Amino acid sequence: MRPFAILNARLLDPESRLDARGGLLVVEGRIADLGPQLDGRDLPADCEVLDADGRCLAPGLVDLRVRLGEPGYEHKERIDTAVAAAAAGGFTSIAALPDTRPPVDDPAMVESVARRARLLKSVKVYTWAALTRGLEGRELAELGLLAEAGAIGATDADRQVADARIMYRALAYASVFDLLVQTHPEDASLARGGVMNAGVVATRLGLAGVPRWAEIIALERDLRLVEATGARLHVAHITTAEAVAAIRDAKARGLPVTCDVTPHHLLLGEEEVEGWRTYARIVPPLRTARDRAALIEGLADGTIDAVASDHTPQDQDSKRLPFAQAEPGTVGLETALAAVLELVHAGSLPWQRAIEVLSTGPARILRLPAGRLTKGAPADLVLFDPDERWTVTETGLHSLSKNTVFEGRTFRGRVLATWVDGRPVYPRFRTGLATSP
Amino acid sequence: MTHLARSRFPHRHLLGIAQLEAEDIELVLDLADSYVEVQRRPEKKLEILRGFTQINLFFESSTRTRTSFELAGKRLGADVVNMAVQHSAIRKGETLIDTAMTLNAMRPDVLVIRHADSGAVALLARHVRCSVINAGDGSHEHPTQALLDALTIRRRKGRIAGLTVAICGDIAHSRVARSNMLLLGRLGARVRAVGPRTLVPREIASYGVEIHHDMRRGLEGADIVMMLRLQTERMQGSFVPSVREYFRFYGLTRDKLRHAAPDALIMHPGPMNRGVEIDGEVADDIHRSAILDQVEMGVAVRMACLDLLTRDRRPAADGDGFRPEGG
Repeated sequence: MRPFAILNARLLDPESRLDARGGLLVVEGRIADLGPQLDGRDLPADCEVLDADGRCLAPGLVDLRVRLGEPGYEHKERIDTAVAAAAAGGFTSIAALPDTRPPVDDPAMVESVARRARLLKSVKVYTWAALTRGLEGRELAELGLLAEAGAIGATDADRQVADARIMYRALAYASVFDLLVQTHPEDASLARGGVMNAGVVATRLGLAGVPRWAEIIALERDLRLVEATGARLHVAHITTAEAVAAIRDAKARGLPVTCDVTPHHLLLGEEEVEGWRTYARIVPPLRTARDRAALIEGLADGTIDAVASDHTPQDQDSKRLPFAQAEPGTVGLETALAAVLELVHAGSLPWQRAIEVLSTGPARILRLPAGRLTKGAPADLVLFDPDERWTVTETGLHSLSKNTVFEGRTFRGRVLATWVDGRPVYPRFRTGLATSP
Repeated sequence: MTHLARSRFPHRHLLGIAQLEAEDIELVLDLADSYVEVQRRPEKKLEILRGFTQINLFFESSTRTRTSFELAGKRLGADVVNMAVQHSAIRKGETLIDTAMTLNAMRPDVLVIRHADSGAVALLARHVRCSVINAGDGSHEHPTQALLDALTIRRRKGRIAGLTVAICGDIAHSRVARSNMLLLGRLGARVRAVGPRTLVPREIASYGVEIHHDMRRGLEGADIVMMLRLQTERMQGSFVPSVREYFRFYGLTRDKLRHAAPDALIMHPGPMNRGVEIDGEVADDIHRSAILDQVEMGVAVRMACLDLLTRDRRPAADGDGFRPEGG
């Protein structure tokens, strides 16, 4: 692999607080040098050069929660299409959820997903393992063996472990292996049957609601169990102002807790469901303007550690149904960065923090060697134009399924190129930005 | 009428009361009034929908609403076909949208649809070229029921504006309640929602209605007492503890009715659960109960809806279709 340099870029690295015009040199898949001093002189003899023309160069994005479709849902997504979507969205590392068919509750399955992903030589794919066998919430999965097989953590995905005693044991047991546990904070008995946020809109549409306290109650329980066990807990996709407050309080008490929010919960509310729009059928449900304000505030002040796409592909037949019968979820890999940049353009989030919540933050939660622009680090990079406007269309997506809740929205900020270990993964060909001196 | 009455119905479908303005509602009611008279003649059949095809597509079983729509179509001269889901391909895995497209290819002029899911009728309407009438979708709306209730009230009380209407029972799951709250509010009635907290949640107040959990206070001075049907599965401990407890606190009895206005009218969309939400004796009181009027008005209102929705597709010679007696 020839060395290459990206010059004249706006370098953004949250870890070192770097935000400056400069260059970055990649040799043998790693960052060999970077900074304002790198201006094209003193480059290796056979070095390729790209002129970024002032566009932003940041550490590749890291997604905490993605559904790959394999095994079992290959008609909704495949590993190759998911990885293509990730690359197009600027992601260089993604973590796959275990709610496949069958679920990833066996060490052999962790290895199989990882192997299939490795063969694609693209975005790095990590695997969450099931927390309980079959995601059924009754018996512990083989957490130690799953961790040995390479699982980055354990979770039952969008199922809450309803039995508090099982959850207590899962946390206690996982702590022995220092294994990260991820929880879906939604009380199953309160959420049962609900298909959107409980409130005035649900009442008018005649749809059953999921009350906000389904989240708050489940979260408060799990925070107490963390207190009891000392296990590391990551709380997936919080949606309410009260949950932000509860996490803030837990962190102040020193609990080893992290959490994330999705781009759609940051930008969209329950009114998206008007007209029974099934693309807006999401678990957990889209909430209210007050919640969005609290989530953005929590994201800015560090209460919320990361943004996760919750990429959930659904084929047409799963969405072209009466609202309550439609499968939940939205694809998100290809819109996550643009959605977070919308908060930056609105003045709600500083540039450094935007990159941090999409890259450094999730890498830190998963303890991955990613999310940094620093000498010696893997050259996982994303180059994006912070101002280019583009409109989300189904045909523009790389994901096999096109169920984007952001359909038709015009964003400002677009991914131009993505590299993993110095290899260009998006666009797959040598980037159109390439100019040789 | 003081305002300039509309003669055109500016909607292709009737999916809910939410889409209607007061003028639209009055247009339906005025026309329905004249159809009441037609129905009382020995010769009830008109020709204005001759050659038109109406398909009644019922994904949820219903005898009275389906029959009412069937009679309405036939009395206007339409060819009416009933399709019950038990006989259709839905059971064989065909999707709702496939069914809509298949029926669309048969070129009906009106589809009357009932479905157990909120929004399902609107979804179907997006995939067909004919007019669609919502005959009840989930907990969302049942617009013709609200229109027939309004017609019943207007004929018995001479007006709707200014009346106090108490809607009692399972408001949370009721499409009849939703359509009625919208319609009665739009025509200027004062509406109350009466029932236990589990069946009348706070969000119901967003319809601009007063909420009462004490039935006696909810009925105080009411001109209209509209009872709703309580589904069996909701009265066995899930939403209310038992039938007898429900009847004790929320069943309409002669005693509770004493709190309403002396000439209060009792209504029920049927079918009634006697001894659950309503005392049999009260339901049968011909001076107070408008329950059979409602059934009669149902056919007239549905005739009016079918007439109005098809007007722009009928020959110009037909003019405004049926003209009231002497008109």
